[in-house]
Amino acid sequence: MDATATAAPQTPRILDREPLVLNNRSYSWITNRICGIVENKQPALWWILFIPSVLLTGLMVFCFAYLISTGVGVWGQKQPVAWAWDITNFVFWIGIGHAGTLISAILFLTRQKWRTSVNRAAEAMTIFAVMCAGLFPAFHVGRVWMVWFLAPIPNANAIWQNFKSPLLWDVFAVSTYFSVSLVFWFLGLVPDLATLRDRCRPGLKKFLYGLFALGWRGGNRHWSHYETAYMLLAALSTPLVLSVHSVVSFDFATSVVPGWHTTIFPPYFVAGAIFGGFAMVLTLMIPCRRIYGLDDLITPKHIDNMAKIILLTGTIVGYAYCMELFVAYYSANPYEADAFTLRGITGPSTWAYYFMFGFNVFAPQLFWYRPWRHNMWVVMFVCMCVNAGMWFERYVIIATTLERHMVPGSWGVYSATWVDKYTFLGTFGFFMMLFLLFLRFLPVIAIGEVKGVLPQSNPHHDDHAEKGVQEEDLMNYPDRHVAKPAAAVA
Amino acid sequence: MSTTLKRVHGYLAEFDSVQDLYHAAEQVRDAGYNRWDVHSPFPIHGMDAAMGNPRSKLPYLVFCGGITGTTVAFILQTVTQTNFWGSLGLTFVENIVETYPTIVQAKPTDIWTLPAFFPVMFELTILFSAFTTLFGLLAIIGLPRWNHPLFASKRFAKFSDDGFFVCIEARDPKFSQEGTKALLEKAGGRNIELVEDEI
Repeated sequence: MDATATAAPQTPRILDREPLVLNNRSYSWITNRICGIVENKQPALWWILFIPSVLLTGLMVFCFAYLISTGVGVWGQKQPVAWAWDITNFVFWIGIGHAGTLISAILFLTRQKWRTSVNRAAEAMTIFAVMCAGLFPAFHVGRVWMVWFLAPIPNANAIWQNFKSPLLWDVFAVSTYFSVSLVFWFLGLVPDLATLRDRCRPGLKKFLYGLFALGWRGGNRHWSHYETAYMLLAALSTPLVLSVHSVVSFDFATSVVPGWHTTIFPPYFVAGAIFGGFAMVLTLMIPCRRIYGLDDLITPKHIDNMAKIILLTGTIVGYAYCMELFVAYYSANPYEADAFTLRGITGPSTWAYYFMFGFNVFAPQLFWYRPWRHNMWVVMFVCMCVNAGMWFERYVIIATTLERHMVPGSWGVYSATWVDKYTFLGTFGFFMMLFLLFLRFLPVIAIGEVKGVLPQSNPHHDDHAEKGVQEEDLMNYPDRHVAKPAAAVA
Repeated sequence: MSTTLKRVHGYLAEFDSVQDLYHAAEQVRDAGYNRWDVHSPFPIHGMDAAMGNPRSKLPYLVFCGGITGTTVAFILQTVTQTNFWGSLGLTFVENIVETYPTIVQAKPTDIWTLPAFFPVMFELTILFSAFTTLFGLLAIIGLPRWNHPLFASKRFAKFSDDGFFVCIEARDPKFSQEGTKALLEKAGGRNIELVEDEI
């Protein structure tokens, strides 16, 4: 028998948590690594992605210019399919944004510390996705120069908006969502902009970073209010993000179109939005961590957690699909039943329904198996399936439903035109271009927040204690609101 | 320029770790200082207690902002869409704008159409609260501010990387050239420097 076998059995360290930052990195390593992305030359791959993105953005601009100069008829929708790719793309992009807010707000309120490594990029993604989303309804109105009619001011005939309409609720929901996400993102950026400012040589860059860093100097009297503000914004964003996709679903649910008029829509849409958004976060972050050497900050643990959320929300979405079918059958409403028979069996676009089901419900089931959650190729494959599947979900709900109205006289088949396709492709270029510029000029990971979750950042952390149960695991933190001791008042 | 007048801003001391900074803050608090702060690259859990800071008043401001948003949305929608204000006898409110109280989607034109106004009321509550949070925060902490005496210190730039600092300001009534420095030394501060402000 060797020595190790005779030694006392080691107690399993059940209280040990997986570290959020691997390899015991120091504060300055984190600063250097993240600021280095902004300060050093970009890798060739950045340019390889950036140039096509700019070209695609140009394509998008061209398509919109063509639409304005010719008319909204260059898109494929006509009666009876009046909402098609444009609204599909709008719901698709706005849904993508939801993962960013979930990570930044809901995971913050639930004290999920792993969010710190991914929240900055996810919030940036939210803002860029909402920008892409907003383009579609704006151009869908037809005469885009009249889009100011959406704003709550009386139009030329002194007529106000119809505030009872879900479409106007959508205007308020999406614009509020964009504004609040921007505020939240900016507030999170301020301390990191100060880091970039302090590392720059004097010049234009230092001036601009300094301007947006607002003169931040990291005082605890500032941090105290800052943390309160951050928590307030998280608490405000949480109901907001749930409301935005609920309101988007009201566009459909409050109508009387069979297949749309269902109460399941708000939770179903929100789950789907978070599901699709997480897939996009992973699609962006997995290449990022590899290209920029961020493996110690975005660890397999992070990917694993996000894969689990995709599995959960994907299963909720699958449940919603099945429940829709059940309700269509159980309600004994022939129109509702017909709508789903047409989607899945007899309609002209059943292929879209099967893409949707396969990509969204079956593909994520791979994530039940832990080694597959840790294999980046499998994760990327599932995310690509989900990205595509969520687009098909909206297409199925929107376009294929409208192809068969209640009266056979208003049946039709929809097909997208080249303008539809290139506009959508162009928004991907626009989205990628904005994201690449974000990587180039702003810290992709929240530097201050990641430092805050290191073990040595805890004031009660004891370096000399044996690794395992730390003092901070056992003690209650002192209450924040301790009155000033009598000695201080005297 | 030798003619520049300088005013002492305070003493700046550097600490090695979060733990040292935390204990130093407790000592400065117990010594009875009021005009001082600790500077760190990230917020430190429990530091408010160590410094004896009160709780932020920001939530009260944000509550007011939120209520304003709800009210604005309620007024905006009821004035332009309903005969609610007229039915209260406040016709002058109704006369502010041209209204066309029309029955749309079977929703009435009196106050009972209120549920249809909830989404916009909710969104404006959030919007006003969020902006109040941002601008209220900036007002409370006195930012944006282009310059600050502390930025004159070369060492201080480390605060945004891995530096931990305590700064006791000269305007604190307990501040003294020797006593304050001695306190910071006793607390374990290194590289103690007198920060000056050009006036």
